[in-house]
Amino acid sequence: MPRLKIGDLDKIVEQGKKNMSLREGAGRVKITVHMGTCGIAAGARKIMAEIMKCVEESGANDIIITTSGCAGLCSREPMATVEVAGQAPVKYIELDAKKAREIFDEHVIEGAIVEKYALAVGSEQTL
Amino acid sequence: MTVMTSNRSVQTDKRVSSLPDGYRMHLMLCAGTGCVSSGAFEIKDVLERELAKHNLTDEVAVVMTGCNGFCAQGPVMVVQPGEIFYQFLSEKNIARLVEEHMLKGRPVEELMYTPPEETAVVPKVSDIGFFKKQGLIALRNRGLIDPEVIDEYIARDGYKALAKVLTEMTPDDVVQEMIASGLRGRGGGGFPTGVKWKTCREAPTEPRYVVCNADEGDPGAYMDRSIIESDPHSVLEGMTIAAYAVGSSQGYIYIRHEYPLALKRLEKAIADAREYGLLGKNIFDKGMDFDITIHRGAGAFVCGESTALMASMEGRVGEPRAKYIHTVEHGLWDRPTTLNNVETFVNVPPIILRGAEWFTSIGTGDVTDNPWGGSKGTKVFSLVGKIYNTGLVEVPMGITLREIIFDIGGGVPEGKKFKSVQTGGPSGGVIPEEFLDLSVDFDQLTKVGSMMGSGGMIVMDDDDCMVDIARYFIDFLIGESCGKCLPCREGLAQIGSILNDICEGKAEEGAVELLEELSGTVKECSLCALGGSAPNPVLSTIKYFREEYDAHVKDHRCPAGVCKALITYSIDPVKCTGCMVCIKSCPQDAITGEKKKPHTIQADLCIKCGICRDICRFDAIVVK
Repeated sequence: MPRLKIGDLDKIVEQGKKNMSLREGAGRVKITVHMGTCGIAAGARKIMAEIMKCVEESGANDIIITTSGCAGLCSREPMATVEVAGQAPVKYIELDAKKAREIFDEHVIEGAIVEKYALAVGSEQTL
Repeated sequence: MTVMTSNRSVQTDKRVSSLPDGYRMHLMLCAGTGCVSSGAFEIKDVLERELAKHNLTDEVAVVMTGCNGFCAQGPVMVVQPGEIFYQFLSEKNIARLVEEHMLKGRPVEELMYTPPEETAVVPKVSDIGFFKKQGLIALRNRGLIDPEVIDEYIARDGYKALAKVLTEMTPDDVVQEMIASGLRGRGGGGFPTGVKWKTCREAPTEPRYVVCNADEGDPGAYMDRSIIESDPHSVLEGMTIAAYAVGSSQGYIYIRHEYPLALKRLEKAIADAREYGLLGKNIFDKGMDFDITIHRGAGAFVCGESTALMASMEGRVGEPRAKYIHTVEHGLWDRPTTLNNVETFVNVPPIILRGAEWFTSIGTGDVTDNPWGGSKGTKVFSLVGKIYNTGLVEVPMGITLREIIFDIGGGVPEGKKFKSVQTGGPSGGVIPEEFLDLSVDFDQLTKVGSMMGSGGMIVMDDDDCMVDIARYFIDFLIGESCGKCLPCREGLAQIGSILNDICEGKAEEGAVELLEELSGTVKECSLCALGGSAPNPVLSTIKYFREEYDAHVKDHRCPAGVCKALITYSIDPVKCTGCMVCIKSCPQDAITGEKKKPHTIQADLCIKCGICRDICRFDAIVVK
């Protein structure tokens, strides 16, 4: 490791932001890949891998990727939910790696919902 | 230099190769001494194995953090994002946890925390009462960073305060800022840190030394250990800033031999800081030289006293000397020395970064014109004894004892009644229930006959005999007295023998008065703070629990049922169901009886070990 200069501190802070924000639970976008048995069987692991790759390539440090159980619509798996902070969550269905990347580029980065893959906006009511 | 689980390297910039990048989930597994002794490293192995089994190694990182603070529930782990808190992990429940939560995203409720007397679990860290009322300055990085990765410390604004003092502040500015902050020594003395630094800076001789006191010897207290284990670089940064302020180029950390994990992390932190040029010659190319050497103490309680500590470092017997010669002028090797406690040093970087004004907004009193005028900032306490949530807590000064013990600590377990709390370590005082609403700061605690000390807090319930408690602490202090001055050496021994007599019912009338007189002499005439404060447990228990002493002396009775010579065990024939359990478990075969008929205890055989009372499910064992 080389000696640090004062300016290097900020570089490390910048590069550390991603995992620190993960630990502080702060993010601009939350992507949930549904990982019930049905989702996994339908290929959710591939979707997860692709999305993680997308995040890494984009260099974004404000995206939280998480998993959840079956969304209840097993026939339309693999599914993912994209939730931009302050907006209603959007559920995407019947995904593959290519679609996932498209959704990442257009919705997560650009902010435009990819309607052709979307099932619905919003989520069920919790009683 | 990383303890990440994955071998994969996703880094493009070599410089920050130690940051866990490219994972979607971080498992912040506590690796403080408490959790390590309950199996944290074994849990880590199983976690890694299970993650690999599900091909999650590239997605989920296991991060070993410093002490999380909630030691009673260990081993503990926080899953991020989501701050889900898991407790009592064991090798057996990891497989299910990984499959359910890490793979399928379904948090496992059975491993979550349930508050006492409630049934619903509390998944999130920030919703758990134990964490909710805490405010972190000294422990700001606990559980959030891997203490063995310097970049994680830097990523949380580490070493920025050092950069700030080297570029924007003169040493005098730093001293002034510290005085204005009102920070007082966290080791127990409560001396204003800035004032200490100023005197040291103005001392005419050189070289000057900066010493960190990590010789934490109070039974049941582990604040410093935990700080070092969870955030060693903050200690180094605080010391380096102190060195800049007082004009020192050599620092020492005096750490107990009993803290192997803290020592290991300190050694690694120092090596990493040297490599980054944050210790050594010409720090940040600003012309400042400073390095730190670790000195291991041999575990004598008295060596936590500043002059004894320095004597020990010089290779002499660890005995205190008279304090009218100040160590800030004539300290280590007779040179000006700034000695501060671990917790004091870790408060320094945030004060420098965020300013004295921010720091004074927390706490009690007013320190504008008088650094002794209040208690600012926070204090770390180790909360132990008869308390539901044993652990390490950091709270703002001025919080009440009630809030600490009941809101954070969860109160006294098993439906027992709170009796008193001992603060300030073995030579602190016992505070009874009537002062529960006392606001905790340096001056208030002293006022009621106890002290802040380094932050031990031992909670006692109705089963604790106050005379026995006083005897316990005096016994400890007799063993730890260095023997240099007579009042402490002989006075404590006499106090101890009187307390023994009281506990055995052999004391004569007037014993309590004699104790008070003797305690006064020891307090007045001892050379150092050990003797000066040693009678506190005796004096405070007499002051608040005089009736218990009287019961021992006059009635030969121990109301709490602790002092063996004064109690007898018997069986309540109404409550006893004749289940035979106590008969089988009595090591002396002192209990006789038949099935389904009330049993009896033979007093001449009974050694009063209490096993029958612990084991009886019908509350039929009577202790009088």
